[in-house]
Amino acid sequence: MHPAASMELSANARAAATRTAPHVTIRGLSKRFADATIYDNFDFDIPRGKLMSVFGPNGCGKSTLINMIAGLFPADKGEILFDGQPLNKIKFGYVFQNYREAVFPWLSAFDNIAYPLKVMGVPKKERNLKVEKIVASLNVKIDLNLYPYQMSGGQQQMVSIMRALVVDPEILFLDEPFSALDYEMTLFMREQLQRVFVETHTTTVLVSHDLEEAVYLSDRILLLSRHPARPVEFVHYDAPRPRTDKTMTEGDFISTKAHCLEIFQREVRKG
Amino acid sequence: MNWKRLEVLLPLVGVVVLLAVWSVVTWLRIVDPVLLPSPAATFKALWTGMFHGKLGVDFVKTVERTIYSTIIAAIVAIPLGILLGSSERLYRSVEFLIDFFRSTPASAMFPLFLVLFGVGDRTKIFVAAFGAALVILFNVAYGVMNARKTRILAAKVMGASRLRVLWDVMLLESMPATFVGLRNGVSLALVIVVVAEMFIGSVDGLGQRVFEAQQMFEMPDMYAAIFAAGALGYGLNLLFLTIERRFVHWSGK
Repeated sequence: MHPAASMELSANARAAATRTAPHVTIRGLSKRFADATIYDNFDFDIPRGKLMSVFGPNGCGKSTLINMIAGLFPADKGEILFDGQPLNKIKFGYVFQNYREAVFPWLSAFDNIAYPLKVMGVPKKERNLKVEKIVASLNVKIDLNLYPYQMSGGQQQMVSIMRALVVDPEILFLDEPFSALDYEMTLFMREQLQRVFVETHTTTVLVSHDLEEAVYLSDRILLLSRHPARPVEFVHYDAPRPRTDKTMTEGDFISTKAHCLEIFQREVRKG
Repeated sequence: MNWKRLEVLLPLVGVVVLLAVWSVVTWLRIVDPVLLPSPAATFKALWTGMFHGKLGVDFVKTVERTIYSTIIAAIVAIPLGILLGSSERLYRSVEFLIDFFRSTPASAMFPLFLVLFGVGDRTKIFVAAFGAALVILFNVAYGVMNARKTRILAAKVMGASRLRVLWDVMLLESMPATFVGLRNGVSLALVIVVVAEMFIGSVDGLGQRVFEAQQMFEMPDMYAAIFAAGALGYGLNLLFLTIERRFVHWSGK
């Protein structure tokens, strides 16, 4: 056996392993609030390059999960690693439900999007280039000189999504990003998010309270039980992208959604 | 006639009515003309006083004192307010003191400040600054404390350090409240300065002007000085509102 050949093979194997290995590993996660144990020794692997939704009964800790993963507040116990690294070693984006309180009203849309780069110490010229690049790649038609309060809700949320994406995150978290928008805007924003995902294939974790939305957008749907939450099922849905309104009329979509709903109902009744 | 266009003149209606009633009252001598001179006599006194007499000098003096005391108050209260507001525990521990002295009429502090700083300008400016500072401090601290938690979290999630969060988020979040404090502060400072000018051995200032005119029974001069003080108060408020609209454009939106 030639030593160089085996080296090459193992490098390929390593690359393949990296591609298919989980992106985020959660081990032994525990979290108690005053009146309830939300997570008790919770284990889960978030797959790489997939759009994953978290769905479950009210108050089961959907948002708590991504908030702990994204470090908004600490877990009581447990370990969360990103390719084996802690959170502070990676770049990630986070989109809040309440865009009105998450964007900075004193900054123009452009400066809002550029802000995380400023925090990272990226020089101004480079910042501007990156913002222009992200805006162009998403084909966003918003006047970026406007201030957030001069924009519609959807536009503000689009600004906060771009703000999350501008740093080229390895992983993107969205906490019920469309639930404060009207239905028309929600439909539009789903398409925008799908477009972002098709363009970048960034590992995405979406908390949703709308099952149709969760299935429509996701490759994987994590169904949680009532608290203390545990993964009940990790549903795969592999319809090709871009998905359209027609996707929602197809048998695969309908059966996946029905299946998720059945599990959800079962978990709710257990309460 | 376009009635919509006339609506911009609505604020003048009250002024015209007041002047009309005033003219009629003085013309019919319903009130002793010594106590209430005619509008014409009053505005003549105002005009000559402001541009040819001592009233203009007094006006400038009062402006100076009010502005100085507001500046001193702002320099002390804004950083202190941010510091106290950035830790709710810290604020709670001094809240009673702030509320107590905020509720104490600053005029009750005159004798104390007289002892400390003598009868000069310093006493007037410091008492006014004291009163204004507490108002500003209270507003700034609450502005910082009420900074939207989501916005602070958003900055933290983007990797902002504590100092950067304080500077980039909390400071700007507190700006609308800070300006409310500044506007209230400057109004209070003007009140205190005018009162101080009346009673703390003054030789100039609008307060002294009003008091002296009254002592001399120069009624048109007294009314003129009152109007000058009113215009000053209104003008200062308008000035701060304009600055606020320009620099805190997101306020209330």
